[in-house]
Amino acid sequence: MEKNELITKLKSIVEPYIQDEEAFKNLSEETDFVKDLKINSANLVDVILDVEDAFDIRIENDEMEKMLSVKAAMDIVNSKLEAK
Amino acid sequence: MTSKEIISLLPYEQPFLFVDSLSAISEEGTTGHYTFKNDAYFYQGHFKNNPVTPGVILTECMAQIGVVCLGIYLMKDMISENFQPQIALTSSQVDFFLPVFPNEKVTIVSEKEVFRFNKLKCKIKMFNSNEELVCRGCISGMIKPSNT
Repeated sequence: MEKNELITKLKSIVEPYIQDEEAFKNLSEETDFVKDLKINSANLVDVILDVEDAFDIRIENDEMEKMLSVKAAMDIVNSKLEAK
Repeated sequence: MTSKEIISLLPYEQPFLFVDSLSAISEEGTTGHYTFKNDAYFYQGHFKNNPVTPGVILTECMAQIGVVCLGIYLMKDMISENFQPQIALTSSQVDFFLPVFPNEKVTIVSEKEVFRFNKLKCKIKMFNSNEELVCRGCISGMIKPSNT
């Protein structure tokens, strides 16, 4: 999936769970879900479940543990979409 | 795993244990019971001269039976002698329909919605002894086994 399209989609997925509005406005590939957006661990699970639904993919435990930034999420989503 | 074993693994005790028994438990949900004691401390202040069980306590009772007992059951394979689950309530949304007075027995029925990545989300209903709906809602928590 094209990079900007993917970032836009991820941005709309994380929006309900973020605490830091400023970091959200400036969201980029480098944005960290926990350190920058201050998403809590329970909502991080919601982000993963919403990503699964939005892209119709299944994320495994070890992948979930790595999915802590926009960049990492993009890599995992893209590799899953390619493998489909 | 028996309901007695599950209750013994709960990280609560008096005056904040709100589980008397479990009558059904499976991977998909739990049914449990609790009778609110006449002399519970919260009736002294809620309300003045008019004891009614606080909504937060009903929510706690739903969470203990519906989410924590189920979470312990779902983690049964990881249980060892030193098993001490670390748990945290992460969200609750509850609607209330009827009051619960001292000495009332309630039945909680919980249905698992999602259990992934250590997060358990359940749909939970509470009924009084006339089988009337007291409250219902959706409660989530995180549960992690930790061997200390």
